Amino acid sequence: MSLVRQDEAPRSLWQDAGAALRQNRAATVAALVLALITLSVVVLPEVLPFGYEQTDWDHIATGPSLGTGHLLGTDALGRDLLVRTLWGGRVSLLVALVATAVSLLIGVTYGAVAGYAGGRIDQVMMRIVDILYALPFMFLVILLMVLFGRNLVLIFVAIGAINWLDMARIVRGQTLSLRNREFVEAARAGGVPAARIIRRHIVPNLLGVVVVYVTLTIPHVILVESFLSFLGLGVQEPMTSWGALVNEGAQELETSWWMIVFPSAFLAVTLFCCNFLGDGLRDALDPRDRSHR
Amino acid sequence: MSAPLLDVADLNVEFATPAGPLHAVRDLGFALQPGETLGIVGESGSGKSQAMLALLGLLAANGRASGRAMFEGADLLALGETALDRVRGARIAMVFQDPMTSLNPYLTVGRQMGLVLAAHRALAGAPARRACAEMLEAVGIPEAGRRLDQFPHELSGGMRQRVMIATALLCRPALLVADEPTTALDVTVQAQILALMRDLRERFGTAVILITHDLSVVAGMADRLLVMQQGQCRETGPAAEIFAAPRDAYTRSLLAAVPRLDRPAALVPPPREVAGAPLLEAEGLRVEFAVAATRPLGRPRRLQAVAGVSFGLAPGEILGVVGESGCGKSTLGRALLRLVPVAGGRVGYLGRDLTALDSAELDPLRRDLQIVFQDPLASLDPRMTVRDIVAEPLETFEPTLDDGVCTNKVAEMLTRVGLDPSHMNRYPHQFSGGQCQRIAIARALITRPRLVVCDEAVSALDVSVRAQILRLLLELRRLLDLSLVFIGHDLAVIRQVSQRVMVMYLGRIMEMAPAETLFATPRHPYTRALLAAAPIPDPVVERARERIGLPGEPPSPLSPPSGCVFRTRCRWAVARCATEVPPLAAHGASQVACLRAAEI
Repeated sequence: MSLVRQDEAPRSLWQDAGAALRQNRAATVAALVLALITLSVVVLPEVLPFGYEQTDWDHIATGPSLGTGHLLGTDALGRDLLVRTLWGGRVSLLVALVATAVSLLIGVTYGAVAGYAGGRIDQVMMRIVDILYALPFMFLVILLMVLFGRNLVLIFVAIGAINWLDMARIVRGQTLSLRNREFVEAARAGGVPAARIIRRHIVPNLLGVVVVYVTLTIPHVILVESFLSFLGLGVQEPMTSWGALVNEGAQELETSWWMIVFPSAFLAVTLFCCNFLGDGLRDALDPRDRSHR
Repeated sequence: MSAPLLDVADLNVEFATPAGPLHAVRDLGFALQPGETLGIVGESGSGKSQAMLALLGLLAANGRASGRAMFEGADLLALGETALDRVRGARIAMVFQDPMTSLNPYLTVGRQMGLVLAAHRALAGAPARRACAEMLEAVGIPEAGRRLDQFPHELSGGMRQRVMIATALLCRPALLVADEPTTALDVTVQAQILALMRDLRERFGTAVILITHDLSVVAGMADRLLVMQQGQCRETGPAAEIFAAPRDAYTRSLLAAVPRLDRPAALVPPPREVAGAPLLEAEGLRVEFAVAATRPLGRPRRLQAVAGVSFGLAPGEILGVVGESGCGKSTLGRALLRLVPVAGGRVGYLGRDLTALDSAELDPLRRDLQIVFQDPLASLDPRMTVRDIVAEPLETFEPTLDDGVCTNKVAEMLTRVGLDPSHMNRYPHQFSGGQCQRIAIARALITRPRLVVCDEAVSALDVSVRAQILRLLLELRRLLDLSLVFIGHDLAVIRQVSQRVMVMYLGRIMEMAPAETLFATPRHPYTRALLAAAPIPDPVVERARERIGLPGEPPSPLSPPSGCVFRTRCRWAVARCATEVPPLAAHGASQVACLRAAEI
C-alpha cells in the first residue's frame, strides 16, 4: 500500500462518472425509468396470464379496463395490448442494444485506429467504409434474407453492419484532432505504445461525442426496425415490435385510440430517457464539467 | 490640467457564477487626458480586460458593472444599447489580441471596414472605399486598393493587426482601447505595430489605453501606468516614475520578475568545459511536411520546416533555440525526439542514430528523452488524474512496478516540483497554469531523463509564475544533471536560461554562439534585428534606443528565397546573397551563416 497521504481517494474515470451521474437528478430518474421498463419487458410477459398471440374472443378491440383483465385493452384481433407491447419492447430494446453494441465496438475501434494511424492506413480503412456505405441498405437486407432465410438475428446483423459506419466516421474525425493534441504527443514522447495511447488517451476523450451519438442511434435503430417490419422484412406477425405496434395503431386511430397511445408512450418514454441519460453521461464523463455542479 | 477625456470612478464588475458572485474588478478609478496613453498592466485574471469591456458594455451575459465612467459628458455605464452603439466604434474603438479571430473570415477587408463607415458616418460606395484605402495606407499597408478585395486569411498576422487598427481609426475616435494588441505577433512584427501605434497617436491625437501583461511593451508606449492585481489597482502614476521607483510591493515583484534582455543572465551557471562525446548530435537534419496542392490533382508541395540543421549538445548543457513563429524551432525539438518523421540527416544520441531505429528500438530510449510543451493544460489528458498522468511514463518503462511504489515515486516527484502530493487524485483543470506546468515537468522528469526539450515551456505563463518555473527547471537540471534544449521566441527568457543560443530563420541556423557572446556581439543581421526589435522594460532605455526595424515579415517556407533565405529582409544584402547559400562558419566564438559576416 501507498504511504502517501491523499486528500481525495484514488479513483477511476468510471467511478467518478458514476458518482457524478448520481448527482444529476434528471439522469438518475431516466436511468431508473429505463431500468423499470427493461425489467418489466423481461419479467412481466412471463407472469401475465395472456400470450402475445392469444386471442380473447370475448374482447375484440376493447378499451383499457380493469374488469376484463386487459389493462391496456386489446387489439383488432383480441390480443392483449399490454402483453404485446411488452413483447414488442423485447424486440425493440434488443435490436437497439445489439445494434448499438455492434456500432460501439466496431465503430469506435475501427475509427480510432484509422484516425490514430493516419496516412495510408487511414485512407485504405476509410475507403472500405465508403464502399460499404455505397451498398444500398435494402439490397443488403434482401440479400441476407434470400441467402439465410427470414431471421430476427439477421436484422440485428444488418442494422449493426450499417450503423458502425457512421460511428467509425465520427470517431475517426475526432481522433484526427485528438491525435495532434499535446497530451497525446506527450504520451508518445513517454514511449507509450500506440495501442495503449488509443485505449488510455484517445477513447476516453472520445466518450462525450460517442455517448451523444449513441443516444441518437438508439431511436434511429428502433425506427429502422419498425420500417423493416412494415415492409415485411423485419419481425413478422404474430411477433411484434414497438414500431410495428405503432404502425398498426395508427391505422385504427379513429376507432381505438389506445392501440397507438400505449405503444407510443412506451417508445417515447424510452427515447426520452435515453436522451436524458446520454446528456447526463456526457457531462459526468468530463471531469472539467463536474466541479461546477 | 484640462478636463479628462475619460473619468472612471468606483468601477466594480461582478460575475454571477454557480459558485457565487465573482468580483472581477473592485473600486477601480482613473482619469485619462485627451491624447494621453495609459498602460494597464496586470497578470491574467487581474481584471484588466474586464474593466475595459465593462466600459464598452461588452461584458458577458452574467456580468454586471457599477460605478461611473464619464466620457465626453456622458456616463458610459448609464447609457442604453443604442446610445452606446453611437459611441462604440465611433468615439471609442477597440483592437483585440488575435487579429485572425477578430476579423470575419467570410468578409473581404473592404467590406468589414465599410461596415464601420456605414454605421457611423453613413458613408457607402466609392467614397467609403476611398476612405478605407486611405486609412490602410496610413497604417502602412502597401497596395491598399488591392488589399480591400482580399480576405483576412490572405493577409499575414502583422497585416491583419494593421487592418484592425485601420478599422478602429476609421472614424477618428478620441480613444483607442488596445487589448494585448501585439501578444499574438512575432517580436519583429510587434516592433512594427508598436512603432505604428506611436506614429498614429502623434498624427491623430488619439488617446490610447493599452492593456497588456508585458511590462516591456508599455515601457516604450505609455505616459502613465496602472498596475492591477486581482481586480484592484495597486499603483498608478507616470510610467517613468513607476519603472524607476515602484512604491507598491506587487509592482516591485512584477518588475523584478521580468527578465531583461539588456542584462546578463542571473540564473544559469557558466557552461562547463565540454569533455568527451556530445550527448546529442544533429547532422543535416531535415523535416518536411506535405502541403495540399494548389490545383486539384496537382502534386502535393513539400514544406521544409527544418532545412539542414547541424549541432551538438554536450551532457548537462543548456541550448536555447530562438526564432520567430514558423522558423521551425518547435519542429526541430520534435524531430530530435522523433515525434515527427525525419526527412533526412541524422540525430545521434550517445553514438546511436535515432533516425535509423524502428519504434520498438526507439521506445526504450524515450526514457532518456523527454519534452515539456507550451500549453500546460493542453498537454495533460483532461480525463486522467494527476497521479495517473505523472505515473504513465513510469508504468511504461517499468511495467512490473508495484502500484504503491509507483504512487510513492509520483508523490516524491510532485514534492520536488513544488506541488502538494496529497492533491494527486485531482484532475488537471483543478490546477492553475503554473501548477499544470509543474505537473508536466514532473511527468517529464519521473523517468530520470538525460535530455528534456522545453518547447516554449513558459510562454503561456504569467511573468511571476514564469520566473518560478524557470528557476525550478534550472534547479532540477542541476540536481538531475540534465541537458536542456530550451525553445522560445522571447529573447529575454532565452538569455536568462541558456548557455549557448541558436538563432533560426526559415528552418535554417542563422547564428549559433555562447549566450553572452551572442547578446553582446550579435554577428548575423537577423540576430541584430531580433535584438533591436525586442522591447526592454525600462522607459529610459526604451526611449533612447535607436530603432532599426526589420521590414516586412518572413517569406513563406513553401518558397524560400534562393541563396541566403534572409536576404529579402536584410539591409546588407548584395547580389551575391541571392546565388550563394552561406555556410555556417566560425567567426570568433560564434558560428554565423552570412556571406558578409566579416564586414558588418
